[in-house]
Amino acid sequence: MIKKFIKNAGWPRIIIALFLLALFITAPFVGVNVFTSFNNTIVRFGMNGVMVLAMIPMVQAGCGLNFGLPLGIIAGLLGATLSIELNTEILAKLAELGTQYKISWLTQEFLTTYREPVGFASAIIIAIPVAAVLGWLYGKLLNRVKGDEMMIATYVGFSSVSFMCIAWLLLPYKHPTMVWGYAGRGLRTTISVEGYWLHVLNDWLSLNFKDQITIGGKVLDVNLAIPTGMLIFFAVMAFIVWVFMKTKTGTAMTAVGSNPEFARASGVNVDKMRTISVVMSTILGAIGIIVYEQSFGFIQLYMGPFYMALPAVASILLGGASVNKATILNVIVGTFLFQGILTMTPTVFNSVFQTDMSEVIRLIVSNGMILYALTRKVRA
Amino acid sequence: MSANNNAPLLQLDHIGKEYYGNRVLSDISFSIEPGEILGLVGENGAGKSTLLNILFGMPVITSTGGYEGSLYLDGKHVHFTSPTQALAAGIGMVHQEFSLIPGFTATENILLNREVLNGSLMSFVFSDRVSTLDRDAMRQRAATAINTLGVHISPDMTVNEMPVGYKQFIEIAREIDRKNTRLLFLDEPTAVLTETEAEILLIALKKLAKSGIAIVFISHRLAEVKELCDRILVLRDGRLITDQRSEELSTRQIASLMVGRESLRKEEIVPEIPEQALEEVNVDETLGTTTLAKKKKKKKPALKVEHLWVDMPGETVRDVSFEVQKGEIFGIGGLAGHGKLGIPNGIMGLYPAGGKVRLFGKKLTLNKPRAALGRKMAFVSEDRRGVGLLLDEPLDWNITFTAMQTQGRFLIGIPYIFQMRNEMAMAKETKKFIEALSIKCTGPGQKAGELSGGNQQKVCLAKAFVLRPDILLICEPTRGIDIGAKTLVLDTLKEYNKEHGTTIIITSSELEELRSVCNRVAIVGEGKIAGVLPASSPAEDFGMLMLNAHSRATNEEDEYENAEQDGEKIA
Amino acid sequence: MIRKLFDIIANNAVPAVFILISAFAIPLSGFSASYLVQELLTRIGRNSFLILSLLIPIMAGMGLNFGMVLGAMAGQIGLLFICDWGVVGIPGMVLACLIGTPIAIVLGIFCGHILNRAKGREMVTSYILGFFINGVYQMVVLYLMGWVIPITNPNLLLSRGYGVRNAVSLSGIRTVLDNLIPTVITNSEGAKQFLNINGAGSFFLIQLPFFDGTIRIPLATFIIIALFCVFIVWFRKTKLGQDMRAIGQSQSVADSAGIPVNRTRIIAIVISTVLACYGQIIYLQNMGTLNTYNSHDQAGMFSIAALLIGGASVSKASITNVFVGVILFHLMFIVAPMAGKNLIGEAQIGEYFRVFVSYGIIAIALVLHAWKRNREREAARRSLRGNGGNA
Repeated sequence: MIKKFIKNAGWPRIIIALFLLALFITAPFVGVNVFTSFNNTIVRFGMNGVMVLAMIPMVQAGCGLNFGLPLGIIAGLLGATLSIELNTEILAKLAELGTQYKISWLTQEFLTTYREPVGFASAIIIAIPVAAVLGWLYGKLLNRVKGDEMMIATYVGFSSVSFMCIAWLLLPYKHPTMVWGYAGRGLRTTISVEGYWLHVLNDWLSLNFKDQITIGGKVLDVNLAIPTGMLIFFAVMAFIVWVFMKTKTGTAMTAVGSNPEFARASGVNVDKMRTISVVMSTILGAIGIIVYEQSFGFIQLYMGPFYMALPAVASILLGGASVNKATILNVIVGTFLFQGILTMTPTVFNSVFQTDMSEVIRLIVSNGMILYALTRKVRA
Repeated sequence: MSANNNAPLLQLDHIGKEYYGNRVLSDISFSIEPGEILGLVGENGAGKSTLLNILFGMPVITSTGGYEGSLYLDGKHVHFTSPTQALAAGIGMVHQEFSLIPGFTATENILLNREVLNGSLMSFVFSDRVSTLDRDAMRQRAATAINTLGVHISPDMTVNEMPVGYKQFIEIAREIDRKNTRLLFLDEPTAVLTETEAEILLIALKKLAKSGIAIVFISHRLAEVKELCDRILVLRDGRLITDQRSEELSTRQIASLMVGRESLRKEEIVPEIPEQALEEVNVDETLGTTTLAKKKKKKKPALKVEHLWVDMPGETVRDVSFEVQKGEIFGIGGLAGHGKLGIPNGIMGLYPAGGKVRLFGKKLTLNKPRAALGRKMAFVSEDRRGVGLLLDEPLDWNITFTAMQTQGRFLIGIPYIFQMRNEMAMAKETKKFIEALSIKCTGPGQKAGELSGGNQQKVCLAKAFVLRPDILLICEPTRGIDIGAKTLVLDTLKEYNKEHGTTIIITSSELEELRSVCNRVAIVGEGKIAGVLPASSPAEDFGMLMLNAHSRATNEEDEYENAEQDGEKIA
Repeated sequence: MIRKLFDIIANNAVPAVFILISAFAIPLSGFSASYLVQELLTRIGRNSFLILSLLIPIMAGMGLNFGMVLGAMAGQIGLLFICDWGVVGIPGMVLACLIGTPIAIVLGIFCGHILNRAKGREMVTSYILGFFINGVYQMVVLYLMGWVIPITNPNLLLSRGYGVRNAVSLSGIRTVLDNLIPTVITNSEGAKQFLNINGAGSFFLIQLPFFDGTIRIPLATFIIIALFCVFIVWFRKTKLGQDMRAIGQSQSVADSAGIPVNRTRIIAIVISTVLACYGQIIYLQNMGTLNTYNSHDQAGMFSIAALLIGGASVSKASITNVFVGVILFHLMFIVAPMAGKNLIGEAQIGEYFRVFVSYGIIAIALVLHAWKRNREREAARRSLRGNGGNA
């Protein structure tokens, strides 16, 4: 029974889960506020969840782990920066549309009250078509290099990030909060979203507790801020993906990943399904980064998205996915475990060893997990 | 080495083999003397390759429980558990598939892993692997081996630039070069050779035998076997039927021995032939365009194939025309690699194909599986695990997926806009078939990969039945499944045909099986139809059809290859 | 015919494009010829050895060895120890190599075993393995050194008492190999100046009358590199090299011929890792400083990009590719920022451009390789088709 469980879960996963458990148990004894840590874990879960979700379509369609996630992230960054650059224009245009078509709720007043959500939505709406086009091209490319998807995806991601480095410098952005002050052009490396859509999801319906409890003579501050809106957003995205995987197309996609020859013999257009999966994955990546940014507070440009695929890949693998099978549950479990470790290790290790080993542990855990998945036999 | 001079070089004593309760070889005993040439013939699936695997110590034997009986080399009991051991004992083998490295020269391939090395201090300190190669000596040795065969191939030519025939010679040269080779197995060495090349090879083999090397020659070209070999062994259904001197046998006799089983067959088979099919048989004998044209007016055949070619690797179809009547069970037989599998795969659009295919008089779009499926055709692939099943998915997916994708069944929602799987309906349908075909499983949720071969095959059949096909194409329905399941599968097909009037086309390597189920059987040779016979025709006729197809096609191939070579010269 | 033309272009397109870019960028950058030549010579000496270490795994059909960073890390550990012990000069370098070798061998064996478990996706696996070992390396260097592993030199350690500093000066072995046989090319004018400054006798002075400027040549490094090239040429002729070529073309055929496939693959990776270790030591002796946590990171990427720019592919690479690559890649590296600045007034653009090119070139090479392989597979399939196919 236990042996079977270990076999199903795989020893690296169990070690990591036990490690996280140990961290949570140790935490109170070394003076770490468990509640704060837990809260942080939840917030980071919400921030990263959608990007991990982006792994599902491509894994299911047999395109492997999407190391090319930065491509989707770039689309998201374009959406985010354009939503700020064109913020006033968008709002003006919407107000104009409201009067023109006599949409009763779309008034100036509405737009002023909901300036931030509208900005956030516009970022996503701009990002989606960009992601779709990039994803479509990327999908076409991956169809030509079957068998080598993962390595090529990695370098497509890297080269697109470094290409965009040049683009960020040259694109004619003008907004004063975004461009370098001294030159008057070229986007800054980090752009604050404060005043635009900072925490729009985090603060929506957020639950705040403030209290002090006494455990074993120690007074502990309980300061929780549950980002309900962000969790709901993640749940909605997860639901959409879940439903999609149950549709006719989703079923065909899964079959393509499971056995492309079978799918072909059943009249499914294999390349088309793969392309759809890549487009979906890229769009989810774009939405994912915007969700991340609204919580994080900054848009990170230039080399920022460079290594962003690795945590997402590691998370879903940690959750129990393999190179060619992944579920929503894998995403939830994996993201929680991975982010849990990322939040807990620095605090606990800092208290115990007076040093921050989190970076090293992150490297070893995430890459060890990917390595484990890559070296497992795929089908007999 | 030989302690006992009277003992034969190799002796097989009651060799037998079972794969998962499936008997493939029983009670094989024979021996071979130095310098003797033995011909080993038999249909596909007669047990030749299993016998070779045993003699060569292939891992597939050991991993499936070893074999029965014993082997004696020079009178000493031997048991090979790896090919390396067999090689060391002096047994060489030339396989059907080339195991040559394309970018290497003839020399490098012939001496692969037996390179001539320059001695050096380094090799003394480390190992032989750090010595440099003595290219001149290698070239000499390769040239010697090639010359022994009586062909002229430059030792410096790279393999990927060689015509197919040359590659075969290189393979053989490699075995000859091995100094200790005393017994050489050749598995269909002439299949890819032109007539002249084949002749050169036969001469070379005779020369080799004179030098004391024993040869076991496996071929479907019976004329060659008779010409070359001293003794001929016929294998059928895993048994040794004949062991006679070749002078005592005619090719016709060999052919009937190969396909045999006359007495059994008559009891077994009472084929019912639909009227139309009978007519068709009559027409076939005087197959003329005028009669065909008349026929068309009468009634359109269920499937009419004209000049079909299919580019399926290893199963190329060159030019095939035939007709199948509605409600008929039509068999396609022939030796492996001659294109019989290519026909259904091509019709279903799985491999690039051309020519004309008509379904009930209407033209079928080729190269699009979707088009074929849309015309109510269903297909059961010979490659069950590779094409037929989603091994990692549950049974209900396997059974209903094709119907869902091509016929829009098992879905809820609005077509083209939003449709979800109807998992209840899927499970219900699957349960129905689990019961009907008595598929042994835990339920519709079990993964297909966990079932046994026979049950997997039933799942494949269910998948086809769910489509409610007008025409069902089935490849190798009984390959790799045990005898009990075999009968069940064949009975199911017969029943289905009777109940629904479905036209069924079965492709199989087992002629007996086809003759027991089908109304008519077409024999394919070298990518062409050699002839169509009613299933009740004597086995001998089928045997001769296969052999004729072979020799006829060989001649044609010669012309083709010569033309090709000429073409190359010009280019 | 058209296919042939396509192949020729596809095989040489990359170097050709880079020659073209350089032809535009060199005049734009405004650098003098002697400056460029000096820079190039230095960089050839610095990088060639690392790039050469990639050749053997390619020969064994294991693709680009992204795991060469493992060797680089081993070399860096060797260097950290000699810095701590204060061994300087050539003996220091040799000692660093001696310390690095066993570490590189162990890492190489580990890497080889992992790659044998991930056949068919060696590259992505060795790439992730690089990250993984990087994590282990950081743990050792940042936490264990000075705590479990004795490091006493306070200049090496972080102020907290354990863990190595981010930047370590390698002044003890700085350019010792490059200047072992000091060689200078200059004209008679320059020679006089040079003699005035440096005094006579301790270096080779080659005078070329029409030469403009003064160029130092790292002759000893070049000799080592030349020896290494000879080694590779010799290695290709050995039985082991022949076995690797066979495995590279067809693992199954090699296996059935009795060649120990897995073992040979491990040997290929071990050789590559050990050589990368030496390569990194040579690289760092030229640089003079060790960025403890970054130096190795870029070693892999830049070496691979350079090799590919030289016209190599994932399955085929020669010594010529290495040198063509190192020259073209670094030419671009030197001139791109300056050209960018002069063209658009933004040096940053040139910086990003060369990063983009490095990654882009690897991406393109990988795509071309996969594409070509799939096309060849298709062609091989088609060649099996009989004459019926053309009907």
